[in-house]
Amino acid sequence: MKRFTAVLATLMTFSQPLQAADHNTSDLVTDFTLDNGLEVVVIEDHRAPVVVHMLWYRAGSADEPVGQSGVAHFLEHLLFKGTETLEPGEFSATVAKNGGTDNAFTSYDYTGYYQRVAADRLELMMKMESDRMVNIRLTEEDIETERDVILEERNQRVENSASALFREQKRAVQYLNHRYGVPIIGWRHEMEELSIEDALSYYGTYYSPNNAILVVAGDVTPDQVEALAQKYYGVIPANPDLPTERLRSQEPPQTAARRMTFVDPRVAQPYVSRSYLAPERNSGDQAEAAALRMLSEVLGGGQTAVMAEKLQFETQQAVYSGAFYGGTSLDRTTFDLVVVPTPGVSLEEAEAAMDQVLVEFLQEGVDEAHLERIKTQIRASEIYARDDVEGLANRYGRSLTQGLTVQDVQAWPNVLQAVTAEDIMAAARKVLNPKTSVTGYLMAEEG
Amino acid sequence: MLRYCLIALTLIVTTPARAAVDIQPVTSPGGFEAWLVEEHSIPFVALELRFKGGAALDLPGKKGATNLMVGLLEEGTGDLDARGFAREVEGLAASFEYDVYDDAVTVSARFLTENQDEALALLRGSLVAPRFDEDAVERVRGQVLSAIRSDLKSPRDIASQAMSELLYGDHPYALPLMGTLDSVEALSRDDLVTAHQNSLTRDRVYVSAVGDITADELSALLDSLLADLPEATVPLPGPASLNLPGGTEVVEFETPQSVALFAQGGIEREDPDFFPAFILDLIIGGGSFESRLMEEVREKRGLTYGVYSFLADKDQAKLWMGSVASANDRVAQAVSVIRDEWSKAAEQGVTAEELQDAKTYLTGAYPLRFDSNASIANIMVAMQMDNMPIDYIATRNDRVNAVTLEDINRVAKRLLDPEALTFVVVGQPVGLE
Repeated sequence: MKRFTAVLATLMTFSQPLQAADHNTSDLVTDFTLDNGLEVVVIEDHRAPVVVHMLWYRAGSADEPVGQSGVAHFLEHLLFKGTETLEPGEFSATVAKNGGTDNAFTSYDYTGYYQRVAADRLELMMKMESDRMVNIRLTEEDIETERDVILEERNQRVENSASALFREQKRAVQYLNHRYGVPIIGWRHEMEELSIEDALSYYGTYYSPNNAILVVAGDVTPDQVEALAQKYYGVIPANPDLPTERLRSQEPPQTAARRMTFVDPRVAQPYVSRSYLAPERNSGDQAEAAALRMLSEVLGGGQTAVMAEKLQFETQQAVYSGAFYGGTSLDRTTFDLVVVPTPGVSLEEAEAAMDQVLVEFLQEGVDEAHLERIKTQIRASEIYARDDVEGLANRYGRSLTQGLTVQDVQAWPNVLQAVTAEDIMAAARKVLNPKTSVTGYLMAEEG
Repeated sequence: MLRYCLIALTLIVTTPARAAVDIQPVTSPGGFEAWLVEEHSIPFVALELRFKGGAALDLPGKKGATNLMVGLLEEGTGDLDARGFAREVEGLAASFEYDVYDDAVTVSARFLTENQDEALALLRGSLVAPRFDEDAVERVRGQVLSAIRSDLKSPRDIASQAMSELLYGDHPYALPLMGTLDSVEALSRDDLVTAHQNSLTRDRVYVSAVGDITADELSALLDSLLADLPEATVPLPGPASLNLPGGTEVVEFETPQSVALFAQGGIEREDPDFFPAFILDLIIGGGSFESRLMEEVREKRGLTYGVYSFLADKDQAKLWMGSVASANDRVAQAVSVIRDEWSKAAEQGVTAEELQDAKTYLTGAYPLRFDSNASIANIMVAMQMDNMPIDYIATRNDRVNAVTLEDINRVAKRLLDPEALTFVVVGQPVGLE
């Protein structure tokens, strides 16, 4: 049984989905850069007359000024208000009238906008998306109403869920000095004060062709995309004042384990969650991240993983266990473990059992047959990935806004296949260090 | 200048792309039927199975039996125990997902061409001869109980359950499909065997496949996969008689944002007024479209992040439902705006422009759905369960375009029922009781 509790469904809202290999798809991918610095990636899939048009900015919540948490996400909402030539709401209404759907998303390192339309509507999408890259017009009324909307979004996603509040606090404990410790949606007291000037300042700093990546996927050719991109995006001048580096304050070395407990009467299922600061994928240097990705699979990637084997099948101390690693990240990421104890097992016992699993794993090492199965699945996931061109588009958008290149994305499958059991153990010994850990308990009442 | 160009481009909306899906009906020697789309460009197959019945087939006092049974399908078959089965599936890089709804058990399989036979043998074992080992039963029971406890403290799930109890009275739909803590604790292995016999039946199965497989291969596959399943013996439950008292029921729960669900009567898919009702729902609050509710509740007033309506098409109950979530001190206003919009639509109907926009959206969006093996397989199996003709895809946009303003406004008067519109609100709402 895989589909499990609501508690866990949202456990890793902002982590990365399975990062799969790419050698089967690279021949479908073309990339080029316009003179104004806009990077363009085209992914061809001619099975259906559909196109996904995405514009990604290398700017997310971790790029916000101090005291304005949530402004990146707020601005994302405000981009659906008017421009010099579009009425408020007209953008989405026009997409809908053309049979399309649209939306946008914000994360720590990026903000993205996308539309899914019939392939012959691509030009209209480019016309409108390039327009709002530089021409938005906001009123005080837009700001007040939309601020209420994002506060209700925070209510819905965070305040109404004990588990989401716990994860938010835990991240704040994990990151002492880096903006990854501040929630993407923002702290409520700062969201309430966000102003039109804050939104426009972020917009002016980060929204420009030389800070964006255009990904077009579906029933198109690179020549078509290049001609249209030149026509609509190519005429927008680069922003000469764009910060040359994404300067964020980095984490100091962690020298003490940290612990926290979150108590909320709405907790039905207590659990223990552990994170360790971990290196991320870097351009031209992905081997360690690949080992960590494989470590997460070996330790906690499913029914036959080490944690499930020991905690769910052998000792039956857990109803669920898992390990996660979000390797695609601009700065230092985390390696996460979770154990949901069976009734009668305390969180202290669950944590001790989890630590015992780690100790034994560091002694026993990787089961080669298990590693082989994981590699087989990763190879196959490339075949399955070709059925989901939007997923491929997301993969490139995420990677290119988080410090990687098209070549890195295409090399990743081979880097994963090259990981050995020794690499995994070396990564485990380095990262699973108690001193660089944060342990959190989520519970209904003080234990 | 730009504005004029935009208008010109916006108007080129006339002919939406045609959904070009070549569906082949396949009948196996054993008499099983399936719909197939061959797509040999990617070496895998997406296979969808639906068994009509689902959790509504739970016997009296055994609520949750079908759900627990489905959770155990991947926990061992033949000489493979739970972990043995998982290892085999992983080694083939196949994926089998089993799920349960009120009216169906669903199986979504994905497997590579290169090891298709081995993958299907595993899938067959899980469907035809699950082991229901005692240790697996206890382990999965523990997971289900944990999920039930979580639902009891989730505002949205509390609202959904309160609404079901209000609507359905003593119909099986009134109980949660996972069952209750008590009913699941009490289930025996025999109950699971019975649930398996009752719900995975050869005469209530619907099948679709898309991918790297031929009609002959699919035909053989159907017999080997399904021929050893039993015939159905338990009748489907009859129609639910719906209780829609109107008004607002409040369920107190300590949380900052109230979650509201609302419901009134819906419409049969076979009803000649179904398409007007479907378009009407889209205009009021459906889907991703620019709906009236989103405009009034979110865009104008900032009262919520999302407000939606939808036609709920259960086998034994037709409802028109929706949801909204707002801070405790603002939810009363959200409810009031929704009620006003409901009355306004019932009395005044919609405008010609709204109808035209809805049609261009629906007809333009339809062909975009057929863009992957997985989505085509899902659509085809749903069409079969709804008794739609195999040529439906080619005619569907014509049915949308045939709806007139007169039709839709007549249907608004006929169906929208502000008096019966019933709200359940979970939270600490101010000004609602």
